[in-house]
Amino acid sequence: MEFEPLLTKHVREPNSFTLDFYLQHGGYDALKAALAKKPDEIIELVKASGLRGRGGAGFPTGMKWQFVDKKIEPRYIVCNADESEPGTFKDHLLMERNPHLLIEGCAIGCYAIGAKVAYIYIRGEFFHLQGNLERAIDDAYAKGFLGKNVLGSGFDCDVYVHRGAGAYEAGEETALLESLEGKRAQPRNKPPFPAVAGLYGKPSAVNNVETLCNVPIIVSRGAEWFASVGPEKNGGPKLYCVSGHVKKPGVFEASMNVTLRELIDGYAGGVRDGRTLKAVIPGGSSVPILMPDQLDTPASFDAIQKAGSLLGSAAIVVLDDTTCMVWLAENLLHFYRHESCGKCTPCREGTDWLYKILQRIERGEGEMRDLDLLNSISGNIAGKTLCAFGDAAVTPVLTTLKHFRHEYEAHIKEGRCTLPADWRARQPVGTH
Amino acid sequence: MSFHPKMAYDATFHKSSRKLEDEGPPFAYTPENRARFDAIVTRYPPDQRRSAVLPALYLAQHQQGYITANAIRHVAALLGITRADVEDVVSYYTMFYTRPVGKFVINVCRTLSCAVNGAERVTEALRETLRIAPGQTDAAGTFTLVEVECLGACDRAPVVMVNDAWHECLRPEDVPKLVDDLRARGEAALTGCHHVVETAGKAGGAG
Repeated sequence: MEFEPLLTKHVREPNSFTLDFYLQHGGYDALKAALAKKPDEIIELVKASGLRGRGGAGFPTGMKWQFVDKKIEPRYIVCNADESEPGTFKDHLLMERNPHLLIEGCAIGCYAIGAKVAYIYIRGEFFHLQGNLERAIDDAYAKGFLGKNVLGSGFDCDVYVHRGAGAYEAGEETALLESLEGKRAQPRNKPPFPAVAGLYGKPSAVNNVETLCNVPIIVSRGAEWFASVGPEKNGGPKLYCVSGHVKKPGVFEASMNVTLRELIDGYAGGVRDGRTLKAVIPGGSSVPILMPDQLDTPASFDAIQKAGSLLGSAAIVVLDDTTCMVWLAENLLHFYRHESCGKCTPCREGTDWLYKILQRIERGEGEMRDLDLLNSISGNIAGKTLCAFGDAAVTPVLTTLKHFRHEYEAHIKEGRCTLPADWRARQPVGTH
Repeated sequence: MSFHPKMAYDATFHKSSRKLEDEGPPFAYTPENRARFDAIVTRYPPDQRRSAVLPALYLAQHQQGYITANAIRHVAALLGITRADVEDVVSYYTMFYTRPVGKFVINVCRTLSCAVNGAERVTEALRETLRIAPGQTDAAGTFTLVEVECLGACDRAPVVMVNDAWHECLRPEDVPKLVDDLRARGEAALTGCHHVVETAGKAGGAG
C-alpha cells in the first residue's frame, strides 16, 4: 500500500498554516463529525484505532482518555509541546506549518473527556511559534471552532498557549503540570496519575502534539483505516526526525513499516560520502544505541523495543565512524547534568559524578576501575528516581559501555582520545 | 553567612549555588505591560493566578532586560504569591537573566546533533570574533555569548538562537558576517532557519 502523508502533506506549501488553506483541505470537518457523536464514542474510536502516544512512552491514547475521572469537574487537556528530547524537532514543524490540525485535535480531545480548556505548553525556545499558534487560535475563535457553543453544539472550548522558560524536565508530564501551575518543573510522585489528579489537582490528559494531531485524522478516516496503516498495534502515520551525520536531515512521515535503513539511507540521503555508519540512536538521546547490523528493524514501537532499544520520540540520531563514543557519552551527560531538575538525589548528584568521570576518561586521565564506577553509579540512579529522567540519563553511559567498551579501554590505556586529535575540527559544518 | 570560611562553596555544580538578584531600580510594569499582564491572567482559573508567573516574568524581563529583586516583588504582589515563590521559579529556568545581558544574546546549541556538526567550532569562532568567553557579555553591552542545550532544531545543525526569537544555521566561517550584520541592522540581519525559508527556496545554510 502506497503511503500517503497526512500530518505533513501540505507543510511545504506557502500558506499551509492559514485557516483558509486548512478549510480548503477539509479542515475542522473532523470536529463537526466529532460533535455529532457522543464523547464516549470518540474515546472508543480512539481506543479502537490503537493510537499510541507520540511523545515517547507509546501509551495508548484512548486508554489515557478513558482513565480520566469523569466525575470531577473541571477537567483539562494539556498538550505537551515542550519537545525537549535531544534530536526531536517534529512538533516544531507541525505547530509552525499545520497549527490548525493541533487546535482541532485539542478541541476534539476536550470534547471527548469533557474538558472546557486546553493548554498548549510550548518550550521557551519556541517563542516564534507562540505568535503563530495564537494567531491560528484567534482565527479559529472567529469562525466559531473555539469559544462558547462551538458550532452551535452547546460545547464550550478554550485553547491557550503557555510558554515555558528553558527546562528539559518540563517534558515529563507531571513536571509540565507543575510548570503550568507556576512552579519549578519538577516531577510529582505517581500515583496519582494526571488522569485522576493532574492540572490544579483535577483530572487531566497530557498528550503530545503529534498524538493530538492524529485525532482529527482518526475521526475523519475511521479507526479501522488508521489501524491498517503500518504494523499491528503500531498504526497510523508517524513522524521521524533524522539528524546527525546524514546528508539530508529532516522530518519524514511514514508508516511504522518503514525500516531504519530506509529512513537513514532513503529519506535522509545516507551518511556523508566516504564515511560509514557506526551507530544509530533511534529515539532521542535517552534510548540505547542500535548497531549497523540492526538497520533492517522496522521503526515501530514494538520492533525497536524487540531490537533492544526504544522508539521514544522517533528522533533518529545517526553517527558515523568519526564519532568517539566516550565523547558522545560525555556530551550527553553534560546535557543530563545540566537538565537534572534536582529533586531526587541520585539523579542530581549522580549525573554530575558520571559527567566528571567521563570527562576524565575522554581527556585520557581515566583508570580501568572508573568503568566499574560508571556501572555502579548508573545502577544507583536507574529506577531510583521519581521520573524516568534517571533511567534516561544513565542510558548513554550504559549503552556505549556495552557496545564500545573497547573505546573506553583504549582511552584509558593510551591516555588520550583514540580518534585522530583533529577529527572534530575536520568535520564539515552545515554542509548538508 | 556562617559557612566554613575556607570551603569553596561556589566551585561545585549545583543549582542551589545561587546568587542573589540585584535590587535594581524601582520596578512597575508600564501601562502597556500591565494591560498585557491583566489579559494573560484571565487564561487561568481565578484561584490559580500563580500559573501566570512565567509570562509575567517574561514581561518584566522584556521591559527591563533582566530580572531584579524589585521586579520579583512586583510580580509576586500582582500574583498574590510570596517573593520566594517567584525567586524559586526565576532561579530554576535558564531563560531568565538575573544579570544584565547584551542587546543580542547568542545561544549556541552544544547538544549531540549540533555537536557532531561542528557546534564547538561555531562557539570558537564567536569567541574570537566577539572576544568574550561563553557566559560573558562584551564591554559595550552589545553581545552575550551562551552555550545552551538542545534547541529543538537538530535538522538545521549547528543551531544558534539570537535573543529568544530566531534560529540560525550558522557555519563558523559565517560568524564575522553575522556579528557585523547584527551590529548594523539588528535583528533584521537574521534569516531564521525555519521550514518556511526552505519552502521559499532560500535554504539558509542548507543545500
